[in-house]
Amino acid sequence: MSLVTATIRRDLLLAARNPGEWLNPLMFFLMVVALFPLAVDPDPKFLARIAGGVIWVAALLATLLSLDALYKADVDDGTLEQWLASGESLYLLALGKALVHWLCSGLPLTIMAPVLGLMMALPNDAYWAMLLSLLIGTPILSLLGSVGAALTAGVRSGGLLLSLLILPMYVPVLIFAASAVYHAGLGMTYNGQIGFLGAMLALAVCLTPFAAAAALKLNLSR
Amino acid sequence: MLDRYDNNSVSLSATDLYCERDDRVLFESLSFAVGNGDLLQLAGPNGAGKTTLLRLLAGLNREYEGDVSWQGEALQDVFAEYAACRLYLGHLAGIKRALTPIENLRWLVSPWQAEAGIDDEQLWQALEQVELGGYEETPCNQLSAGQQRRVGLARLDVIPAPLWILDEPFTALDVYGVEWLEQRILQHINRNGAVIITSHHALQNIPSLQRLDLGALMANRRGGAA
Repeated sequence: MSLVTATIRRDLLLAARNPGEWLNPLMFFLMVVALFPLAVDPDPKFLARIAGGVIWVAALLATLLSLDALYKADVDDGTLEQWLASGESLYLLALGKALVHWLCSGLPLTIMAPVLGLMMALPNDAYWAMLLSLLIGTPILSLLGSVGAALTAGVRSGGLLLSLLILPMYVPVLIFAASAVYHAGLGMTYNGQIGFLGAMLALAVCLTPFAAAAALKLNLSR
Repeated sequence: MLDRYDNNSVSLSATDLYCERDDRVLFESLSFAVGNGDLLQLAGPNGAGKTTLLRLLAGLNREYEGDVSWQGEALQDVFAEYAACRLYLGHLAGIKRALTPIENLRWLVSPWQAEAGIDDEQLWQALEQVELGGYEETPCNQLSAGQQRRVGLARLDVIPAPLWILDEPFTALDVYGVEWLEQRILQHINRNGAVIITSHHALQNIPSLQRLDLGALMANRRGGAA
């Protein structure tokens, strides 16, 4: 077993031991969406129009909430130093970390989303668009976020800095994804938006681990 | 576990090293070599640059001038081969407190696992060796600081790396632990391995000990210049 697979396995094991860490953002996601109809307007027609946007904004913020811890513990307990010392590809390790992050945040968010769609009176036509956009969009959030988490891993209380760094990069994902769900709700095609999301995902898989690896090296080789 | 390392397996040399930190020169024109059977102890007061030098030799710190070479080639060019031959134990051992010693050890040895054919049996034995028998399935956050150190040290018994680089390995260990580790280092030297260590602990029983006192070295330089 190489260090990469061992790290993925260990991180999943850690997630299983500390379910609070990944359940918190999910609860946040649930609460934000559940509170919207209470605070704004429970009229289904109105909710149907904003459903996609609300679900996507909540998913994005929930992801942001879970990013801070991504590399911090690894820096503090010396895990990162062992990574660097092992001489294994940091690219693959960073990709592995993003994958685990997605499995513990993006994937459960995607699975929970249809229930929230029901609460938000999401039009029937829009369910597939929402699932598809979340399935393609949340890995982008994890990958982009891992760069910010790697950059701020050595900073005390870098949470705010992380949000400032990452949020602008999240905006295009949000625009295309929310637009896909909205258009699907109107009965229009949404291939274009999903295609854009797919292209962004391909680019993110190729490039963000490089950036995260470089940031991690910078953090430690001093 | 192998009996002896090959005679040419360790060849680490540093030439004319210079390193400064916050406008303070930690060391300059520092040259030495480490080969099979050597034990090099880096000594000096706190802040003398022991850990910096150790990290530099482990290939983790790249902010220095001068050359470090492994088997005659620049360290960064042969880093993958070098990484497979040396075991680095830092201040922080890379232990996850929520996991048990055996789970932590599995992760720690994973870079070597396939090549060296390390199986779980060996890991259980290694934990037994560091007096963690019976604690294998207890989460590390319920263990004492010394026991957590031992989880990191259990690697020494399983990973077949000829060069050990250890940063203050005696920290938090009790007398028996210290004795065990001294024995383990001696055994490694006798097997033709090599050890570079920073420690305030006096390693007396080892004949081939070389000491490199960074504090005294820089004091001499400054005295000579004045």
